[in-house]
Amino acid sequence: MNPEKVIFGFFIILAATLNFGFYVGDISNPDHHPVYELFFVVVVNLIATILKFGDRTQMGALLLATSLVALLQLFAASLMWGYVVYISETGMTAAAMASIVSLSGGALMANIISVVLLVIETVMLRR
Amino acid sequence: MDSVFFIIFRRMRQPLLTLVVTYAIAILGLTLIPGQDADGNTWHMSFFHAFYFVSYMATTIGFGEIPYEFTDGQRMWVTFSVYATVVGWIYAIGTLISLIQNKTFQQAMTEKRFARKIRSLSEPFYLVCGYGLTGSELVRSLIEHKQHAVVIDIDQHRINDLELDALIEAVPGLCADAQPPLHLIQAGLQHELCSGIVAVTNSNEANLKIAITSKMLNPGLQVICRADSKDIEANMASFGTDYIIDPYDTFGARLTTALQAPCMYLLHQWLTGMADEALNEPVYPPLEGRWVICGYGRFGKAIYNRLQKEGITIVVVEMTPEITGKPETAFVQGRGTEAATLIEAGIHSAAGLVAGTDDDANNLSIIATAKEINPELFTIARKNHNDNEALFDALSCNMVMTPSSIIANKIRALLVVPMLYEFLGMAYYKDDDWACELVSRISGAISEVVPDIWEVTIDQTDAYAVMQMIERGHQITLADIQRDRYVPEKQLNAVALLYKGKEGKVMLPSDERVLEEGDRLLFCGQMGIHHSMEWNLQNVNVLEFLLTGNIATQSKLLKYLLK
Repeated sequence: MNPEKVIFGFFIILAATLNFGFYVGDISNPDHHPVYELFFVVVVNLIATILKFGDRTQMGALLLATSLVALLQLFAASLMWGYVVYISETGMTAAAMASIVSLSGGALMANIISVVLLVIETVMLRR
Repeated sequence: MDSVFFIIFRRMRQPLLTLVVTYAIAILGLTLIPGQDADGNTWHMSFFHAFYFVSYMATTIGFGEIPYEFTDGQRMWVTFSVYATVVGWIYAIGTLISLIQNKTFQQAMTEKRFARKIRSLSEPFYLVCGYGLTGSELVRSLIEHKQHAVVIDIDQHRINDLELDALIEAVPGLCADAQPPLHLIQAGLQHELCSGIVAVTNSNEANLKIAITSKMLNPGLQVICRADSKDIEANMASFGTDYIIDPYDTFGARLTTALQAPCMYLLHQWLTGMADEALNEPVYPPLEGRWVICGYGRFGKAIYNRLQKEGITIVVVEMTPEITGKPETAFVQGRGTEAATLIEAGIHSAAGLVAGTDDDANNLSIIATAKEINPELFTIARKNHNDNEALFDALSCNMVMTPSSIIANKIRALLVVPMLYEFLGMAYYKDDDWACELVSRISGAISEVVPDIWEVTIDQTDAYAVMQMIERGHQITLADIQRDRYVPEKQLNAVALLYKGKEGKVMLPSDERVLEEGDRLLFCGQMGIHHSMEWNLQNVNVLEFLLTGNIATQSKLLKYLLK
């Protein structure tokens, strides 16, 4: 067992599950999407991305790409949250919540692809 | 991509992870710990404010407690976070910066930038391997003659010199060993605009390796190499190296020329000399009498063979005949630096002396000692290091052999002005009187330094005005383009050496020769005359004035008014 692989797999799967947790619920209802979950999704995704640095295989490149996509979507969602709550004077609205959640839904897609790739890579390792 | 990039990225993981984790903990703590707003209500910091606060706390910028004063609970958490995040920040940033400054990483970046520069080259260029005395001299001439070059050298100091040398054009230079094919390819060996490669490093093996690589990877390429030994030369020739330049042999050939045709030798020296070099005095090496050659190495042998062909009596002085071999003729064992050996070799009655060891101090000593005994000697010295130039100048030898400048001059004639190479090749079939006449003609046109040499092609880019006037039905002769634009009766101080056109090659074409499109001319003349000639070639008004004496009206308004 390679401890590096355990940590690697752990963070990639955690990124996907946390993301899913934030995503589920009524899309436009702010009560179903706590801000703490979004925070953890962002942090865990950042860690997962950094862990993928410096892998020169084709699989490594693809994994890094999916993570970067997920991060991009999550940053957009966080920025949107910050803008709606603090800068625009409307406060959190149903429409804004819906678009934040759908952005995180995009990130979820990318995270699922990451997990699928991870599984494929593991299956291809025949020992 | 280079593996070094992956290693750098891999090493970035740890500092970046530290940074993310410490930030995350500090931010999370701030959002969880309750605070009080100005009215005393319980208030939780939002992620937005927490991120803002941690960002300036970790970097020790410290704007204070916002948006409300902190409670003691918050302060306790911040105290803890300050130490955690500041240490994490310094560690992460410090590691990242040191990774970026990593030598291998920097080298990889430099190579990448260099490769990009080479890819974007849009004009033909020569690849010069080795930027020593020969290489730098050659690059300078190439640039001055509007050609382009790319340099590889193993020594970073020489690449720095390249950056500092005030060349008119930036020359891309790479500090790398030119032997691995990778570096040559990076420097544009397979670039479609690479018109030739010049291997003038100070290592024979490196030059050989460069020649092999070039001929393998780009067989059509012109390859010019320096070689100091017969083995290497034969090896280079075996796979089709275009020009192999052996400084010792080249000097031997020059010496033969000087012996047989002193004017031809002078002509050659003048035309191939470096820009701003003082004009050589003619030399007359004696054909009668005995010659003493000190040092029977590569140089000594080259001279020996040449002199023997001339039927000259030779005495060789050599310290280690078991290494160099013994000549068939008279031989004295010794260094030649002490008077006894020289006297034994018969220096009293000798006509010429060659100091040809591979040690400059010995060569200087040989010449000085011999001249004391026999001041009438004709002396030839081998100079191994350019630093000793002043010493050789002080000794006032008749001829000094400097490998680097011999090679540079020869390659320059080949690459920079190819017509000059043709001209010199043809000149060897002429007799010495012809050369003497030409030398006196050239010396009438120039002052104290060697003449400037330039080529002119009669076409739209090189001679726009000439083409325009030919189209208008004028007949333009060689004399016309050599006229002084201020005093049309006067001719510029230039000599037309070679004409190449429909009628083939003509040496020293006459002034009446009529120019046509596609003709090529080789001129030599005083520095600056080339520029004056450009006016006649390119400016229609100037040429029209020279031909007709009229100054044409160009402006439409003036034309209308003067109608």
